[in-house]
Amino acid sequence: MKLDLKKLKLREVNEKLQSLDRKQNDRNFTIVNPEGNHALCAGLTDEININIKGHVGYYCAGMNQKAQITIDGNVGTGVAENMMSGKVHVKGNASQSAGATAHGGLLIIDGDASSRCGISMKGINIIVKGSVGHMSGFMSQSGNMVVCGDAGEALGDSLYETNIYIRGKVKSLGADCVEKKMDKNHIKKLNSLLKDASIKNLKAESFKRYGSARKLYNFKIDNVSSY
Amino acid sequence: MCGIVGIYLKTKKYEKSLGKMLSGMLNNMESRGPDSAGFAIYKNEEKKIFKYSLCIGDLDFNKFKKEISKKINKSKLNQYSDHVILKTPIEPKTVIKIINNSFPEISLVGYGNSIEIFKQVGNPKDVAKKFKLDSFSGTHGIGHTRMATESAITTDGSHPYSTGKDECLVHNGSLSNHNNLRRKLIKKGNIFNSENDTEVAAGYVSNSLSNKKSLKDTLVSGLKDLDGFYTFITGTKKGFAVVRDEIACKPAVIAETKNYVAIASEFQAMAHLPDVNSAKIFEPEPGIVYSWGN
Repeated sequence: MKLDLKKLKLREVNEKLQSLDRKQNDRNFTIVNPEGNHALCAGLTDEININIKGHVGYYCAGMNQKAQITIDGNVGTGVAENMMSGKVHVKGNASQSAGATAHGGLLIIDGDASSRCGISMKGINIIVKGSVGHMSGFMSQSGNMVVCGDAGEALGDSLYETNIYIRGKVKSLGADCVEKKMDKNHIKKLNSLLKDASIKNLKAESFKRYGSARKLYNFKIDNVSSY
Repeated sequence: MCGIVGIYLKTKKYEKSLGKMLSGMLNNMESRGPDSAGFAIYKNEEKKIFKYSLCIGDLDFNKFKKEISKKINKSKLNQYSDHVILKTPIEPKTVIKIINNSFPEISLVGYGNSIEIFKQVGNPKDVAKKFKLDSFSGTHGIGHTRMATESAITTDGSHPYSTGKDECLVHNGSLSNHNNLRRKLIKKGNIFNSENDTEVAAGYVSNSLSNKKSLKDTLVSGLKDLDGFYTFITGTKKGFAVVRDEIACKPAVIAETKNYVAIASEFQAMAHLPDVNSAKIFEPEPGIVYSWGN
């Protein structure tokens, strides 16, 4: 089904996608003329496929559950913020705070993501094929962030138990963020993440892993399973 | 929060529709700033003609026209709502003196060979309509929609700020060292007409440009001297530049095609521009000065 934002209001499009008739078989939607609208496809809860043709504004696919959303363009601040599950694929660049506070699901960004990518992430997997800006992974708690390009200043500042994998250069590390050893499990996990993002030409071994030195927060080994 | 927009034409293709492009951008930034709006348009005039953008407020236009024509030779006047564009070959030094002495109720919004500036309290859509922005042609333009924070909702507190010949600046954000910097600049001879933080940034740029620094170098040193949150767009007769502070909390997105460069706080301000979907779209990096023209 095609939804045209030149003909329909943003609220009508979102309401339609948020309250689908479950007896209906049509699970594929194309949104045209997004024209930078904010909060497009926010709060979806069904297993549907959505293709957005064009550039969108802030908080696209926020709070997503189960839906698979592809954006054929750039996204503004906070794409897939607080996502719980599902998949969001940005074919262009993303603005700041991509995947912020997200608990689950997969966020793939083909271009660059700007500052604070994955801020306070809580379990999402984020894969950026380009580079990320400053303060990325700030206070991130759990999940994986993979960056095929470079990272800006203060990477992983005050982070908890997120694994950050960077292939390129890191301008500087934030407080309590250190380079860590890659063991077999990390290589395995990273290879599966690269596969999820259809990245075939890069080897997991070419990345470096960064994580918490556990000096800034009170890490207790008894609680490790909760991360 | 405020909305800032700007467009710089790299070719002549869209010169006639510059006003229309800019008004669409302003209208779409209403959600970021409903209190007041303003814009500056650069359009080259015949050599040796100066343009003075004046806010005449409640003053009767015909009466003003009669009186000013007596004092300033060869003056041509056009009225746009409560603003008047005065064109004359008379040098700024003389004209500014006449205006200050004979018409104290009138404020000079800006002047130069190319710039025309308009700003007013109210919704951006109404402001653009009152000043007939759609009808303007030109080479580049800058606009602002304001949600007031640092000073009151008045025409004086509205952007763009122009503190030098053919210069203007718009700002999304707030400065924390503006009082100190204002005092320093006053000592160097700058004149300020408001308590607004952005006017200080504009004054800083004017001061530096008058010391023969380039626009780009001025903004690079501004990164050290201006403390606070900002995305600035500045314009000069032949140039146009954008800079964000190093923390980069204030948004900005640039769209560049072979015919123009557009910048706005949000992409939705540019969604109506021609060929925007095939434009190179990117976010200006923190602490990096982007400039076009001279």
